[in-house]
Amino acid sequence: MIFNLIYRSLRQHLLATLVTAGSIALASGLLLTVWVVKTQSQAVFAATNSGFDAVLGARGSKLQLVLNAIFHLEASPGNLTAADFEMIRHQREVKTAIPLALGDNYQGWRIAGTTEALFTDVEYMPGHRYQVGRGERFFQIGKLEAVVGSYAAKKLGWRVGTTFHPSHGLIFNPQAEHHEETYTVVGVLAPTNTPVDRVIWIPLEGVQTMKGHNPLAATELSAVLLQLRAPEAGMMLNLRLNSSGGRLTFAYPIGTIVAELFNKIAWFDQVLTLVAWLVAVVASGSVLVSIYNSMSARARDIAILRALGARRRTVFGAVVGEAAVIGLLGATAGFAVFAGLAGSVAALIQAQTGVVLEPLQWNPVFCWGPAVFVGLCILGGCVPAFKAYRVSVAETIAPVS
Amino acid sequence: MPLLEVKNLIKTYAAPGGQRPDASAVHRVVEVAAFTLEAGEQRALRGESGSGKTTFLHLLAGILAPDSGSILLAGKEITKLSEAGRDRQRAESMGYIFQTFNLLQGHTALENVELGMAFGHGVDRAQAVALLQRVGLGDKLGHYPRQLSTGQQQRVAVARALANRPKLVLADEPTGNLDRRNAREALQLIREVCRESGAALLLVSHDERVLAQFEQMQDFMMINRALATPPTVFPR
Repeated sequence: MIFNLIYRSLRQHLLATLVTAGSIALASGLLLTVWVVKTQSQAVFAATNSGFDAVLGARGSKLQLVLNAIFHLEASPGNLTAADFEMIRHQREVKTAIPLALGDNYQGWRIAGTTEALFTDVEYMPGHRYQVGRGERFFQIGKLEAVVGSYAAKKLGWRVGTTFHPSHGLIFNPQAEHHEETYTVVGVLAPTNTPVDRVIWIPLEGVQTMKGHNPLAATELSAVLLQLRAPEAGMMLNLRLNSSGGRLTFAYPIGTIVAELFNKIAWFDQVLTLVAWLVAVVASGSVLVSIYNSMSARARDIAILRALGARRRTVFGAVVGEAAVIGLLGATAGFAVFAGLAGSVAALIQAQTGVVLEPLQWNPVFCWGPAVFVGLCILGGCVPAFKAYRVSVAETIAPVS
Repeated sequence: MPLLEVKNLIKTYAAPGGQRPDASAVHRVVEVAAFTLEAGEQRALRGESGSGKTTFLHLLAGILAPDSGSILLAGKEITKLSEAGRDRQRAESMGYIFQTFNLLQGHTALENVELGMAFGHGVDRAQAVALLQRVGLGDKLGHYPRQLSTGQQQRVAVARALANRPKLVLADEPTGNLDRRNAREALQLIREVCRESGAALLLVSHDERVLAQFEQMQDFMMINRALATPPTVFPR
């Protein structure tokens, strides 16, 4: 019977039910989004290393070095010499060393110079090598050719045969003149869901010797991406290269360094979470207010039910149940809000970093989030339910004789 | 043994506060020394406004608890029951018809009748439909109260009061909101369905036309001795 009462009451107050459930849906969607993006981005960013164990760069911040060389976000802390590259390449602990030269862009899309070995020797994820489409190929050293990351190609509308002129600098300046060299796209990389997808790759010497660049820096590199023979080798290199007080920075392990970034922005994370919780509490409060405000109008109905034999606990349960159902409806609709919101955030993160989040992947918050909302709504519903519990039948069904 | 037996029933109310010098006064609203009603009997109580007859019905229904006294319904002492027990008793063996019908506006006619069963022996849809057909609303099962005339609404209220197959139906000015024709029809209907179901009927009214239709009629002013008792004032 109690379910019947809940259903009828929700039906009778349909507009208020929908508006209140809508506010719960928005709050629930926001909380789920904040939580999923927070937890998943930490995990995905920390796991993003494009297949490398460490990065060697000029003296500076390890985080800046990793963001620049792996995530293609920051500016380079400085340059390495060709000798540095040769030195690190011949270390017995190093399995693969891939040079990286940065400094140009095309309409804001970063151009990176490297060697063909990046595509032929490196697995960006265990068991996954870079691939281009049928009939396409990687660039050849010494030629003005480019291989484009899938996301950049999609956004730029590029395909094989597209030509372009690189612009100087990492940040696009429409006023700046572009380089004279004309590069031709010879391959579009298959999606890797890594920052590589956002980069235009050209041969290393193309960046180094581009007209307009400093000829004295023609052999310099921005960073060297390293695969090590064994994890413990990184510790040894770390000691040798970082403790020597020299010109170099050895960023290892990459995951730990990225985690530092999240530690630095933890306050922002906490503020977002706090806001999401506040919205949740306010939305649950709206259930309280919505039902409570209608209690005066409902008092007579409640008194009638009591006169028909409904017990106090029955009407209390009906009101609490109504709040719970509103919470459940809202939390369920919250998944739709979450899907839209998280999808937008994930697209934004992919556009900015190349890192792909999968918001719909299982997360425990999908269980406890709605449960918390229903719980908060039940809590909010207890206040009007108590008012319903206390309705006096004799006084409410006023004597008229 | 009578179906309903009332003895020495007293109900008082505290006077509203702020009305000095009688702020501490207690008003005795109901004081009934003895009252009985046989099973299947139909009786009317005449009472003017403020005579305490609604309070008396509320006491019989267990909506209110008396200060003292005894109410035996089919041999069961109602006044000794907890509030929840009185609720159950009301749900299982009493029907109540109000002057203002008191139908739930968000429920259809059928749902309103089902509510009359819901808290007692459980919902029997076939019985609810049969009752509505009996009161002439078989074609208005899905109508909401606002879609029904006042006379039709009172018929729904009658069907609801009979829905739980009560032993006793209490009717408080059931025709007070109806015009003469509808009042006559409603009263006839109430009496007929109570007779058919074997339920006793206790109806209170101040309308002489209504009262005149009952063979058994009592003046509540004569039963309720509280009307002759001045407010008791306790010293501060």
